[in-house]
Amino acid sequence: MSETTVDRVARKTPARVARKVKGLSDRAIAWLFVGPTIFLLLTINIFPLIWTINLSFTNFKANRPNRAVEYIGLRNYERILGDSDIWLSMQATAHFLFWTLFFQVLIGFTLAWLINKKFKGNDLWTTIIVLPMMLSPAVVGNFWTFLYQPQIGLFNYVITFFTGADPSSFQMLGSVDLAPWSIVIVDTWMWTPFVMLICLAGLRSIPDYIYEAAEIDRASKLRQFFTITIPMVLPFLMLAVLFRGIENFKMFDLVVQLTGGGPGSTTEMASINLKREAFEKWRTGYSSAFAIILFVTVFGLASIYVKALNKVKER
Amino acid sequence: MKQLKLASASVLTLAASTLSTTALADDLTLCWAAWDPANALVELSKDFESESGHTMNFEFVPWPNFADRMLNELNSGGKLCDLLIGDSQWIGGGAENGHYVKLNDFFDKESISMDDFAPATVYAYSTWPKGTPNYYALPAMGDANGWFYRKDWFARDDIKAAYKEATGDELGEPKSQKELLQIAQFFQGREIDGKTVYGAAIFTERGSEGITMGVTGALYPWGFKYENTPGSYDMEGAVNSPEAVEALEFYKELYSTATPPGYTNSYMGESLDAFKSGQVAMAMNWFAFFPGLYADPDTGGDKIDFFVNPPQNQAGSTLGGQGISVVSYSEKQEASLEYIKWFSDPAVQAQWWSMGGYSAHNSVLNSDTFEASAPFAGDFLLAMEDVQDFWQEPAYAELLLAMQKRIHDYVVADQGTAKEALDKLVEDWTEVFEDEGKL
Repeated sequence: MSETTVDRVARKTPARVARKVKGLSDRAIAWLFVGPTIFLLLTINIFPLIWTINLSFTNFKANRPNRAVEYIGLRNYERILGDSDIWLSMQATAHFLFWTLFFQVLIGFTLAWLINKKFKGNDLWTTIIVLPMMLSPAVVGNFWTFLYQPQIGLFNYVITFFTGADPSSFQMLGSVDLAPWSIVIVDTWMWTPFVMLICLAGLRSIPDYIYEAAEIDRASKLRQFFTITIPMVLPFLMLAVLFRGIENFKMFDLVVQLTGGGPGSTTEMASINLKREAFEKWRTGYSSAFAIILFVTVFGLASIYVKALNKVKER
Repeated sequence: MKQLKLASASVLTLAASTLSTTALADDLTLCWAAWDPANALVELSKDFESESGHTMNFEFVPWPNFADRMLNELNSGGKLCDLLIGDSQWIGGGAENGHYVKLNDFFDKESISMDDFAPATVYAYSTWPKGTPNYYALPAMGDANGWFYRKDWFARDDIKAAYKEATGDELGEPKSQKELLQIAQFFQGREIDGKTVYGAAIFTERGSEGITMGVTGALYPWGFKYENTPGSYDMEGAVNSPEAVEALEFYKELYSTATPPGYTNSYMGESLDAFKSGQVAMAMNWFAFFPGLYADPDTGGDKIDFFVNPPQNQAGSTLGGQGISVVSYSEKQEASLEYIKWFSDPAVQAQWWSMGGYSAHNSVLNSDTFEASAPFAGDFLLAMEDVQDFWQEPAYAELLLAMQKRIHDYVVADQGTAKEALDKLVEDWTEVFEDEGKL
C-alpha cells in the first residue's frame, strides 16, 4: 500500500533526531524553532528602532565622528514640528497620497469591473494593463521624464492635439502648479493595475448565485452593484488602499527621478526631505527624530485603518 | 662547497629582490568624478604605472552622485579610495574629520613647494583652515565656470543686423552680465536655419549643487560676499545685500526669459546637450569641458568660441576644480604619496594640460605658449584671477543644500522675492553655524 500524506506526517521521529531532542520539553523545542527568527527580528528591526529613538534625543552627526554627542532632550522634535519646510513636505506627501489613492481606486476598480465581464481577448487585455507595474520605478521615472519634455515629449503633443496649445507653452515637471499632478499621473499609470488585480480577485470571489437570487428578486443592475458588488469587494479594496497608502507615504524613487523634489520644493515628499537631512546634511539626530515621527504617523494611521478593515470584514 | 654557497646566495638574492618588488608594487585606486578630464587622467597615469610598477585603478562616479557617494565612503572610513580628487568644498570636512592625510611633512621631504602652483588654487584646493599653510591636497585640476557660444551665429550678417536693429548694439562677446542677458534674450525663440533656438543654457539643477554654482556666477560679479568680515560668520547685510538681491533677480530674469523650455533641473550634462544639439546660442559650464566642446565635430572648431564669466560691478567667476588628497583610511599611503610626487612634476603637469586636464602649476600657466595652446586658455587664466568659492566649512553640505533650496524656490518655483530668499538663507546658515558652535 502506498504511503499517504497523513502517514508521512505521522511517521515516527528518526532515532538520530530523537536522541538529540531527548529530554527537551515541548516549550524548549518551540523556542528552538522560533529562536532564530526572534533573534533576526531583534537584530534587524527592534535594535535599530531603539537605537534610532536614542539618537533622536541627541545632536549626533554621522559625518562628525570627532564631535561630542550631547543629549538635547526633545529639541529635535520641537524643531521638526515647528519647521514650516517639514510641514510643506508633509502637505506635498498628503496631496500625492490622497490623489494617487483616489485615482487608483477609481480607475483600478473600473478596469477590474470591465475585465471581469467575459469578452474576447480578456486575458490579453489583463496582461497589457498590468505591464506598467512590472517595470522598475527608475525606468518609469526616466521614461516619463522624456514623455514630459516640453519640446520633444509625447505627452505635451498629445495635450496639444486635444487643446491646440503650443507644446512648449507648458511644462509638466517644471511648473509649480503642474509638477505635483505630473507625479500623480505617473504613479497612477504605474500602480493602478495593482489595485485592479486586487479588485478583480474580489469581484471573482462573489458567488454567481447571489446575483441570480437578486435577479429573481428583480433587483436592478444598479441596485445589485451597490448592495452586492461594492460591499463584497470593499474589504479587498480597503486592502489595496492600505498597501498603496503605505507605499506612497514613503514614495521616493519615482519622484526623485521625475522632479528631484522640485521645482523649488513643490514635490519634496517627506521621504525625500528625510533622506536629505540624514544622508546629505548628515543631521543624524534630527533625521532620527523625523523618522520616528513618520513611523508613528504611518503606524498609527495603519492601525486605525486595519481596525476599520476588520470591522468591514466582520459585517 | 664554495659553489653551493654561491648558488644559495644567488637564490636568496633573487628571492629577496622578487619579494621586495612584490611588496613595493601596490594596486592603487584613485576616485574622482566621471567626466572628460578623468579619462585624460587614466591615460596620463599609464606613465606612472610604468615608472613605479604600481597598478592604477579608477573609481569614477557621475557628478550628480559624486558628493553623496564619496562623502559616504569617507564618513564610513571606507578603504575604496587610496587617492581622492575631492571637490574644493570638502577640504574643511576632510581635514577636520581626519579623512585626508596632512601633506606638509611630505611636501617638505620631497621639496614640493606650494609656491609652484597658482595661489588661488592652493588657497581653494589645499589649505585648511583657509589660507593657512596647512595642506591637505595638491592642486590637481584648476577649473572655473565659464561661457561658450555659437561663433558662427554671432558672425552671420543677418543676425548681426537684426541684433543691431533690436538693441542698437553690436553683437559680440558680452562685456557685462547685463549685456549677456540682452544677447540671450535676443536669441530666445529666434528662427535660425528653420529651427527655433534659445538664448542660454544655465545651471538650474536642484538635487546637488547645480543652481548654486550657476547663481554664484551672477552673485560674484555683483559683489556678493559670504561674510562682512572674513571668518566672523556675520552674514546679515552681506549675503542679503542690495547687490546680492539685484544679482539674484538678474539670474531669475535670465532663467525665465532666455532659457529653453523645460530647463528647470539642468546642470552640466544638460548644458552640453543643449549646446551640442544646436538649441542655444550660449551656455555656461566648467572649463573642464571646453576641450571636448572644441573638438565636437558638429558644434566645435570654427563654430564655437569661449568667454570668461562677464563682470558687472566687478570681475568674478565661480570656482570649480579639485585637489588630490591621500585618504587617511588607505593602507597604501606610501604608494599614494608616490603618485602625488609624480603628479607634481612640472613635466607631468605639462603633459596633463596637453591631454585635456587643467594644470594649476605655474610652470604650465606662466609659459609663453600657454595662452596660444588652446582657444580657451587665455580665458581660463583670466577666470582664475578672480575666482571665488562656496563655503568650505566642514558643514558645507548643509550650507549648500540650504542655498539650493532657497535659490531654486525663488528662481525656478517663483516663490517669494529675491530679498526673502536671501533673508531665509541667512537664517538657515545662521542656524547651521550655531549648531556648529561657531556663532
